[in-house]
Amino acid sequence: MKKYIIPSIRLTLVLIVLLCIIYPISIALAGRFSKGNGAGEKITKNGKTIGYALLGQSFTKPAYFWGRPSAVNYNAAGSAGSNKGPSNPDYLKEVQSRIDTLLKYNPGLKKSEIPADMVTASGSGLDPNISEQGATIQIARVAKTRHISEQKVKELVALNTIKPLMGLFGPSSVNVLKLNLALDNL
Amino acid sequence: MNTELTGIIATFLLTLVIAIPLGKYLAKVFAGEKVWTDFLKPLENLIYKLSGINIKVQMDWKQQLKALLAINVLWLVYGFFVLIFQNHLPLNPDGNPGMTPDLAFNTIISFVANCNLQHYSGESGVSYLTQQFVLMFLQFVSAATGIAAAVVFFKAFRDKTTTQLGNFWEFFVKAITRLLLPLSVIVALILTFNGTPASYDAKDQFISVQGDTVNVSRGPAAQFIAIKHLGTNGGGYFGANSAHPFENPSYLTNMVEAISQTIIPLAMVIAFGYFIRRRKLAWTIFGVMTIGLFMLLIPTITSELGGNPALAKMGISQATGAMEGKEVRFGPAATAYWSTLTTVISTGSVNGMHDSTMPLTGLWQLLAMMINGFYGGCGVGILNYFIYLIIAVFISGLMVGRTPEFLGHKVEAREIKIAALITLLSPFLILAGTAIASYVFTNHADAAWAVQPKAWLNNPGFHGFSEMLYEVTSSNANNGSGFEGLGDNNVFWNVLTGVIIFLGRFLPIIGPVAIAGLLGAKKFIPESAGTLKTDTKTFALMTLAVILVLNALSYFPALALGPLAEYFTMLK
Repeated sequence: MKKYIIPSIRLTLVLIVLLCIIYPISIALAGRFSKGNGAGEKITKNGKTIGYALLGQSFTKPAYFWGRPSAVNYNAAGSAGSNKGPSNPDYLKEVQSRIDTLLKYNPGLKKSEIPADMVTASGSGLDPNISEQGATIQIARVAKTRHISEQKVKELVALNTIKPLMGLFGPSSVNVLKLNLALDNL
Repeated sequence: MNTELTGIIATFLLTLVIAIPLGKYLAKVFAGEKVWTDFLKPLENLIYKLSGINIKVQMDWKQQLKALLAINVLWLVYGFFVLIFQNHLPLNPDGNPGMTPDLAFNTIISFVANCNLQHYSGESGVSYLTQQFVLMFLQFVSAATGIAAAVVFFKAFRDKTTTQLGNFWEFFVKAITRLLLPLSVIVALILTFNGTPASYDAKDQFISVQGDTVNVSRGPAAQFIAIKHLGTNGGGYFGANSAHPFENPSYLTNMVEAISQTIIPLAMVIAFGYFIRRRKLAWTIFGVMTIGLFMLLIPTITSELGGNPALAKMGISQATGAMEGKEVRFGPAATAYWSTLTTVISTGSVNGMHDSTMPLTGLWQLLAMMINGFYGGCGVGILNYFIYLIIAVFISGLMVGRTPEFLGHKVEAREIKIAALITLLSPFLILAGTAIASYVFTNHADAAWAVQPKAWLNNPGFHGFSEMLYEVTSSNANNGSGFEGLGDNNVFWNVLTGVIIFLGRFLPIIGPVAIAGLLGAKKFIPESAGTLKTDTKTFALMTLAVILVLNALSYFPALALGPLAEYFTMLK
């Protein structure tokens, strides 16, 4: 066995240098030229970081567009989904109560207009996006709370909608944080 | 046509466009023919020199396996101690604690075995040193181990009769320098420039728009995620794996990651055909695997796009499909596509939570891992498929009354015995493992472990049983995905799955390599009118039938108790 052990040790050491030092450090250096310098793109307001472009955060006030339910309350240091199974009775109760909350805060909203993403927890608990329909159903509430025209809010939603890749691939979505910041900047 | 479906069609087509030429390239690389990456030879020679390896030494199949096992055992020991003592080692900016021995046992086996089942969470369970020097390191070398084992197997069939199967170290090093590392650099750069963190900065903190204090885990993730997919490893840098917006920022990166986890397993099948100069055989195998993929993929997509019937009853709109555990930027179609790929190919990374998928989706995910040979993991996929081939050759031989042969070598009792044992191993580990877990759950609910058995399951009823079945199946398949609701970080699950992963990794490598070695050493019989041809459509169908029948017989009862029972109760 010794015939194999010694080369194994030496090869492991050589590969550690190549794969765990040279490779990752080169990428980290290249990453400095990316948005956010390879440490995550930040969004700042008045010189202070108020969020990361890619990470969703909790919005509960009626004046803001709400994001998706999160199993970890948007804890960016402990991402997780709910892992609730589709037939779990407790889970179904939770969904029902989210539907009720939406109906309560958005008068005039019909159940059949609520998209699934607004009442189900995301996989990461940090989903930064909601569907276009998820934004549409909140326009009236946000406009009313902020005393601005629905048309204006609608325009902002359209501005912050991410279209499918090249217009061809994948769903479209709305970035909640950016949309809410745009509202605050009005 | 809706953009979610065009998205997955485009992803699959791009995969083929990359994988097929890659397979031809790999055949040349491992045959030592001229390729454009030969400029890396000086680097390889330096590695051989520093490691004291002479690649001119030819090894037989036993020596190959000894080399393979020696270096793998070394990594087990090395990694185990780093995991336990990571809190005393540098590069731990977030101050994460060392692992308990049972968690370290599980984690190190899991990563050495290319499984990447994780009973810890990346944000709080490991240091940057561990992420890079143990976990990411193992993602490279475990994939290279699988590829090298497959090349040894290729070698046995390239020449008519041979015991000289090349040099393990050479295959292993080349798998890294000519394949995994260059591709990782490309993928890591794409990820970095699309938003995935790559720097060594520690956790950040900010005050959100509404005034909440939020901590943000970061770190060198892009490097890790690139090899996690290319090497079909699947272990997440962050807890939520590729559902995390940092791991997988956009639909574009989602396509890149889905493609990168698929290309090498596909390419290995093509490489097999070109390497042994029997292209038609490779295309036949490729055809069966692709049919198998679609048999699992299409019902999965249908089941997810249909949405959750229980939510439909509440009267809301599920226009795009089921959304629990999924991300809006990918949508249900791309998440369903990924869930099939990751279970067929043994990556085990997820871009949506499998525990929350529809019951029938869970069924297809489980079945994909039970079969574990439609493309399969890096290198080991084709080895798993080879076992099915040998069984198909044997059964066809019995049916037509001929001595079974494979590629000009007689398949005799010894080879069949090995193949039969390997075939039986999976159902044994999966069913016995699930049975033990169910027994402990029902009879020792109060055992004083970190997570008491009564608190294991995140969901009641049949779905809870599926959580245990999934965990064990994923371990045996070296897949590493999970129904993550399961409370698995305790001594029972850590030890049980650790042992299953170990056996489920090394025996299915040793078996096929041994059979290939034994066959390759036998006298070559030229093809005649009496030869059972293995590259025909008939034989392809035969193999597919063998795969389906073997797995249906083995697993139907277990699947009926879990996902099927849940499906039928939801119909009510």
